[in-house]
Amino acid sequence: MPAPSELELGRRAFRARRSQRSTLVALGSTLVFFAVAHLVVTRSPGWPRVQATFFSLDVARESFPEILRGLWLNVQVLVVGGLCVLVLGLGIAVLRTLRGPAFAPLRILATGYVDLFRGMPLIITLYLVGFGFPALQLQGLPTSPFVLGTTAIVLTYSAYVAEVFRAGIESVHPSQRAAARSLGLSHRQSMRIVVLPQAVRNVTPALLNDFVALQKDVGLISVLGAIDAVRQAQIIVGQSFNFTPYVVAGLLFVLLAVPSARIADAVAVRARRRQQSGSVL
Amino acid sequence: MTEPVLDVRGVVKAFGDDVVLRGVDLAVGEHQVVALIGSSGSGKSTLLRCTSLLETVDDGQVLLDGEDVTDPRVDADAVRRRLGVVFQAFNLFPHMTVLDNVTLAPVRVHGRSKADAREEALGLLERIGLVDKAGEYPDRLSGGQQQRVAIARALAVRPRVLLLDEITSALDPELVGEVLRVVREVAAQGMTIVMATHEMGFAKQVADTVCFLSDGVVLESGPPEQVLGEPVEARTRQFLSRVIDAGRL
Repeated sequence: MPAPSELELGRRAFRARRSQRSTLVALGSTLVFFAVAHLVVTRSPGWPRVQATFFSLDVARESFPEILRGLWLNVQVLVVGGLCVLVLGLGIAVLRTLRGPAFAPLRILATGYVDLFRGMPLIITLYLVGFGFPALQLQGLPTSPFVLGTTAIVLTYSAYVAEVFRAGIESVHPSQRAAARSLGLSHRQSMRIVVLPQAVRNVTPALLNDFVALQKDVGLISVLGAIDAVRQAQIIVGQSFNFTPYVVAGLLFVLLAVPSARIADAVAVRARRRQQSGSVL
Repeated sequence: MTEPVLDVRGVVKAFGDDVVLRGVDLAVGEHQVVALIGSSGSGKSTLLRCTSLLETVDDGQVLLDGEDVTDPRVDADAVRRRLGVVFQAFNLFPHMTVLDNVTLAPVRVHGRSKADAREEALGLLERIGLVDKAGEYPDRLSGGQQQRVAIARALAVRPRVLLLDEITSALDPELVGEVLRVVREVAAQGMTIVMATHEMGFAKQVADTVCFLSDGVVLESGPPEQVLGEPVEARTRQFLSRVIDAGRL
């Protein structure tokens, strides 16, 4: 590539100056906003009281290790539950896309499942599974709140994720299926080798979004008595009459969610790059 | 020639390490029809996209009516308002009727009254022979009809220059004629046109100037009889003989 001309160098300098200026403006206005917000909050009459009950450093330091231990349980639920959700969700989505009258019962079952668990509030599913199953007093049925809580979360989330996968499967153009079938691939093969890989790629951002939602909803297993981060914070709040542990637990959940959110951003950027290479629009 | 409407001066454009344009010069006068020819990847589309500011140039200038539109201080949207672009893949808005596609820019961008824009759009559709399809959605039309609507949409903003980017490449052969007929009529009415095309026969009939692009520069340009009939450059001859082999000239 030839060396840039004076004219082009001037244009580049101008663009650099302009982007510098807009960065400064953005930075400045952000700082002003936070300064004003800070002043308004700290000047409010109740602030000293709020600071002592919600932002006590001593309580935070004391409660931190135990809450962190509780968070480990949440992470376990998240990993186990997340994997189960992916498998179950994909299975239900595929069931829902089956054609032909022979599969009608399966299709209806899958549709009913999605309707039921997508409509049912998660907290009620948790109560029903968490307190209903043990009440049956069946031999061999697990009674630990960890297992039951995870089950309830998987039931609800796989209904959501199944719909995401289904949207992905339907977003793959029918011509792809026609091309696969014309090569002699069976329905199952064309689904697995041609359609699903493209479907998954199309819905990865949506799946990551659901994953972030799952990360905080795992805190709901505390209603079954599992000692997770939320429950642990609640216990300490009960002992100390100070709400700081909730703030600590909340911040820990935020920290947990940040990497996933960044991954979701990166995936979205990569997808956009793949679609349009370098146009200014 | 008086001051050119469109003046491309030494335009350079690279995508990563791939330098597509290496200093293209091209002047287009009022009412002139310029055909850009060259093999795939020679930079015809890139040149048109740089002209319509859909890509930023890496060096050189594009002047529209004497104004340097590649200057970053220039409002690119305002420049694009003075241009009409027709794409290879039509790019009609599928959720709007034919009439809405054509009146969109005049109403929303140029602030014309709905009734006024509608009247002019119907006039344009009349000219391209599709006035009876005004209420249809694009997916109900054939490729040739869609491309004619796309031309009407581009003309509806009364552009200074009409840029046509291989507008017949995605069409069935029997539909090419109807689109070229519309272009010919538009050219006859004095529209300034720059078109990238593989239709050599059409370029010969309609264009005042044919430019052969190769390796990112305009290798040869002149009247169609000369460039297509008695090309000077070896590479132009090579390209044309391949085109003749393919039965396209």
